[in-house]
Amino acid sequence: MSSVKDWAAPTPISENRSGLIGKGVDRYEGRLKVTGTAPFAYEVEAPSPPAYGVLIASPIAKGRVTLADISEARVAPGVRLVWTPHNVPAQGERGAKINPRSQRGSNPALAERVEHFGQHVGFVVADTLENAKAAATLVRFEYAAEPADLIFEDRFGAAEQPEGEEDVRIGDFEGAFAGSPVRLDETYVSPLQNHAQMEPCATTAWWEGDHVTVHTSIQMVKGGQHTLAETLMIPSTQVRLVTRYIGGGFGGKGQAYDDLTLAALAARELGQPVKVAYTRQQMFQATIHRPAVHMRVRLGAQPDGRLDAFALEVVTHCRREAPFTEHAANFARSLYAAPNRLTGHRLVKLDIPAAGPMRAPGEASGMLSLECAMDELAEQLGLDPIELRLRNEPETDPETGKPFSTRQLVRCMTEGAQRFGWDRRNPTPGQVRDGRWLVGLGMAAAIRGNFLLPAKAGVRIDADGTITLRQGMTDIGTGTYTILAQITAETLGVPLAQVKVELGDSDFPPAPGSGGQFGAATAGSAAFAAGMNLRKALAELATGDPNSPLYGDDPELVTFGGGNIAVDNRAEPLDRLVARAAPDGVYVEGSITPAADARDYSQHTYGAHFAEVGVDPDTGEVRLRRMFGVFAAGRILNAKTAMSQITGGMIWGVGTALHEYNEVDPRYGSFIAQDLAGYHVPAHADIADLSAMFLDEVDDKANPMGIKGVGELGIAGAGAAIANAVYNACGARIREYPLKPEKVLAALP
Amino acid sequence: MKPFTYERPADVASALTLVAKIPGARFLAGGTNLVDLMKLQIEQPTHLVDVSRLPLAEIEDTPEGGLRLGAMTTNSQVAADARVRARYPALAQAILSGASGQLRNKATTAGNLLQRTRCPYFYDTTKPCNKRAPGAGCAAIGGIHTNTAIFGASEACIATHPSDMAVALTALDARVETKSGSGEARVLALESFHRLPGDTPHIETELQPAEMITAVVLPPPPAGRQIYRKARERASYAFAIGSVAVAGDRVALGAVAHKPWRAEAAELALEQGASPAEAMAAELEAARPDGHNDFKLKLMARLGAACLTTTGAGDGQ
Repeated sequence: MSSVKDWAAPTPISENRSGLIGKGVDRYEGRLKVTGTAPFAYEVEAPSPPAYGVLIASPIAKGRVTLADISEARVAPGVRLVWTPHNVPAQGERGAKINPRSQRGSNPALAERVEHFGQHVGFVVADTLENAKAAATLVRFEYAAEPADLIFEDRFGAAEQPEGEEDVRIGDFEGAFAGSPVRLDETYVSPLQNHAQMEPCATTAWWEGDHVTVHTSIQMVKGGQHTLAETLMIPSTQVRLVTRYIGGGFGGKGQAYDDLTLAALAARELGQPVKVAYTRQQMFQATIHRPAVHMRVRLGAQPDGRLDAFALEVVTHCRREAPFTEHAANFARSLYAAPNRLTGHRLVKLDIPAAGPMRAPGEASGMLSLECAMDELAEQLGLDPIELRLRNEPETDPETGKPFSTRQLVRCMTEGAQRFGWDRRNPTPGQVRDGRWLVGLGMAAAIRGNFLLPAKAGVRIDADGTITLRQGMTDIGTGTYTILAQITAETLGVPLAQVKVELGDSDFPPAPGSGGQFGAATAGSAAFAAGMNLRKALAELATGDPNSPLYGDDPELVTFGGGNIAVDNRAEPLDRLVARAAPDGVYVEGSITPAADARDYSQHTYGAHFAEVGVDPDTGEVRLRRMFGVFAAGRILNAKTAMSQITGGMIWGVGTALHEYNEVDPRYGSFIAQDLAGYHVPAHADIADLSAMFLDEVDDKANPMGIKGVGELGIAGAGAAIANAVYNACGARIREYPLKPEKVLAALP
Repeated sequence: MKPFTYERPADVASALTLVAKIPGARFLAGGTNLVDLMKLQIEQPTHLVDVSRLPLAEIEDTPEGGLRLGAMTTNSQVAADARVRARYPALAQAILSGASGQLRNKATTAGNLLQRTRCPYFYDTTKPCNKRAPGAGCAAIGGIHTNTAIFGASEACIATHPSDMAVALTALDARVETKSGSGEARVLALESFHRLPGDTPHIETELQPAEMITAVVLPPPPAGRQIYRKARERASYAFAIGSVAVAGDRVALGAVAHKPWRAEAAELALEQGASPAEAMAAELEAARPDGHNDFKLKLMARLGAACLTTTGAGDGQ
């Protein structure tokens, strides 16, 4: 196993001779997407004309299907099959290969037992989508409904410690808090939120003999492949799963859903390709969501602002049969110094759709609590909110004592304050007006963990010099294709145009997929390793080839650049070498595993958000006026896609503060918002002037390239900066998100 | 979506005849609401009569000094019309505060008036709704949705009308011109065009079966200021949680009732010398919030008073 010390050596990435690393390169697949020619899973052309499947959802929250009458639907025009709990084919148990964190319950799809509103209980396939939809309304169900636990707040008394978890206690929190001269004890609530991806879950499936090919929209290719194999009770080698493009995942497509299972089963049954997509309503009711979170924050401080005692206690919820904990307290374990600490989580089990990971799980909701509590404490102490944070900046990880790999939180805050004009903030709320608008400024810190997972990649060079990187990785719209092309081109010293990237195929070397902002570092490090192995193979090829000008040279001295392979001033183009010495091309693989000593460091990405908002005193409406963020997230691979990720995260944070929420109807267990007209994410008009910058950083403890993830950091803390700005604007401290007009109005004098 | 047939007649008379003749036939204009509702099988027409290309898309000056908006004028067209912008700024403001640019390009004047409520229980076909199935009951009552009516609700329905445009048209005292299958023409005041729910919330307007809106007529602009302001949960592409239109002496409120709500009590109070705040208080005396939508009292009191006070210039949203 490697050590992080191995990663400090110079590499083609750190040398960056072509300047491709960090360059704002356009998206590899951008043209396909903007011209509508990138085939998403539902649009993939099957080898023969497909049939179309439609799912039928349960209108009850809990109970069982007692009758499913398919007689009318079965004979409706164009219908090929109608499945219900009583005739759906047998499906294998989800066993050891399933992602242990999967939020899906056990098989089968179309279970007789109903565990939440919107669970699928019927499936119709017809020659057209229209015929399938029409026939779906003809299936008649009867149910035996049972009482269901639907309301989070009603079940606080039944909150349990998540299995296998303990609270983290350091020092004596209760004693220290009781003795602190300045105390804060407030509870913040973040609501249930939905992923609201543009592309719904969708699958196109067909069989050739006993092999099935599925094009589906899933963030984890290998997980989907194994899950489907288990369901179909066939070896994984007989399942080829392909995900070329994903129209938004955000954690909501980390697992296999019923579209995948039923498309594959129906295609087998019918001997014909089958397409299945969720409706917009099914995306809300039959996938996962971010659960609501109650967060009690207690801070005990000295008059100078130093924290004696810190606690963040979280209560959240999950589906009864699918345990999942929104770890909204974890981020705080590495954020501020305080000798006496308590963090922990409690879980309420409900009969509603499953909770699961959604972009920046933990931080996205968690930082809405502590980062506002710090703002409140700063006011109590008469300190600037940045100054309070500076006085609690730890030298080592405040919980483990481990050194930070890198930590530029202080510089993020001070740099941001200067560029944003933080000194213009009036600390007394409600003092600044612009027309009818009350104007305020707010800030918050950002922290998000950084991870590296095991991954492989394959790279080949063909006789024409084309270099093709292949990996069972996904690009969920983040820019993965693009950065992998940059890494490969820079590693091999070739122009970007010479590199092709092929992703999202279970036949390719495996990568864990997209999630937890680990994708770029994980997939990228494997691609880098594969590229280094190809360099080695090509160096040996050239120096061992009597027709090469490098013949007889030491392979260790070979350099790559400008599309050439060289030693000193002897060089030849790569395509000439390969065409001559390896006309079938050269293929190698590379892999990355976490370093043995990676856990000796506290490793995170950091940032600081600054926001200016206006509050309309007539209506309680809040409008973002400008927002600025400063971030430190290792070496930046692509200025354009990284900026897009980080500002996209900030915009998401604006949504968490002001717009996004869903609610469960206490009688039915259904969501109130079931479409994008009712579930609000920020529109262009909500964002105004929003920008960000990255600090220079290389984290040589992170991976061989010194990069870190940027996909989730931008969300962390962003909403708290907005809430703090709202308080500064109008004096309304609202601790229950989002800060929608009715709440702000109620809090206004 | 239930199977349906479609045709596009060449003139108004044919369209009227077709809808009168074919059971379950419906007029199709921009389709921005009807088609969505068909996908959810809330609307299940057997036959669509496409009227979107009939020659009803003109904006004409009337001899009285007003404007006639053809039924098929698009929302974008009306909002951009120089005469509308100059003489009926509240109407342009109201239209531009609604929907999105793409929707406004398709949505028509007549269709806007006939759009159906956005009550989430109306949209969720697993729930009882007296609009979808008369007599089934109302899931919104006892539910937790807050964007419901504070005026004129009934035990059968607490839904609101979602239009912004219709609120401004109510304040502007617009008239609705219609034709029916027999060729008979009618003119209805917009403020009495939509109905309160009573015990028949599925009957939303005074239109008779197979009667078609042909135009909306604006009287000459009233003396005095005009303004439309809308409160909503995001800056764009969100339905109102409350809105106010003021046109001269007339005041209308949106998102508070099953129809655009003419604030006659407020108008009367103003006429008698009340302050804007007092006038809104007079109007809101008749409000009956249900515990979930109580915020609308404070919202409408403040927004209404602000609209009645402001010059409407210089502090746009």
